[in-house]
Amino acid sequence: MAKLFFCVKKNVYLCNEEYCKYKIIMTLREVARLLNGQVLLGENRLDEEVTMGFASDLMSEVLTLKDTPMLITGLCNMQTIRTCDMANLEYLVIVRNKKPTEEMLELAQESDMVVITSEYSMFKACGILYADGILPLY
Amino acid sequence: MHLEYTVVEGDFVNAGTASSSVKKALKQLNVSPQVVKRVVVALYEAEVNAIAHAYGGKVLVDIDSDKIKMVVADKGPGIPDIALAMQEGYSTARPEVRDMGFGAGMGLPNMQKNVDKLNVSSEVGVGTTVEMVVNFV
Repeated sequence: MAKLFFCVKKNVYLCNEEYCKYKIIMTLREVARLLNGQVLLGENRLDEEVTMGFASDLMSEVLTLKDTPMLITGLCNMQTIRTCDMANLEYLVIVRNKKPTEEMLELAQESDMVVITSEYSMFKACGILYADGILPLY
Repeated sequence: MHLEYTVVEGDFVNAGTASSSVKKALKQLNVSPQVVKRVVVALYEAEVNAIAHAYGGKVLVDIDSDKIKMVVADKGPGIPDIALAMQEGYSTARPEVRDMGFGAGMGLPNMQKNVDKLNVSSEVGVGTTVEMVVNFV
C-alpha cells in the first residue's frame, strides 16, 4: 500500500504523488520566515524549493539516509557541517538558538550550503514545517 | 592514487578532513555520486571512531580504476569483543563523543552497510585496524 501523508492544509491523507501534484512545496525563504529564522549562509539560494525534512541530533543517524532532505538539528558543531558534507545535505536549519562558529560557516560555505538558525525548539520548528507541508522521509 | 592522513586523539574539530579530501579526489575522478557517498560515510565513521576511542592513528587510502581501499589503523585500547562492537546500539563512547553527535553504537554497522568488504582486526592494548573496500561498479 502506498505510504500516506497527512496534509494539514487540505485536512486529508494524500499519497506522495498527490502531495507533489498539489504543489505543496516550500522555498527556503518561506522556511526561514516560518521559523523566524536568520539566514547565515546561502542568501542567493533562498528561492530553491524543499519538500522533505529530517530532524536529528545524532549524526550517525543522518549518515544512514539515502535521500538528501533539509536537516533540522540542535547539534551545532563542526561535525554537523562535516556530516552534511558527507551526506550531500545542502540545507541546514539549526534550532534552539544555537549559533555556528566562523569556522563552521567557512566549512559550510565551501560546500555551498544554506544555513538558517532559529530560536525555536526542535519540536516547534518541526511542527511548524510539517503543518505547512514539509514531508517526512518515513 | 595513494593518500595518507594522520588522525590525532581527541581532535574532533578535524574529524572528517580525510573523508572530505577523499570526497574531492573521487569527484575529480568522476566516480558516481552514490558510490562517493558510500565511501565517505564509511570513512568518516571510521575516522570519528579512531579520534574518539584511540590515541591517534593513520588513514591510508588507495584508489584504483575499479575500487577504493581504505585502512584506518589506530594505536589504542583495542576492541576486546569485535562481534559485540559490530552490534547496532552497542557503544563504549564517552559523553564527549556523544556531544559531537556520535557514540550511539551505529558507526561499525554504518560502515558495514556502505562498503563491499570490511575487516576489523584488533589487539587489546595495542590498537585496531579497519580495512574497507568499495567497488566502483
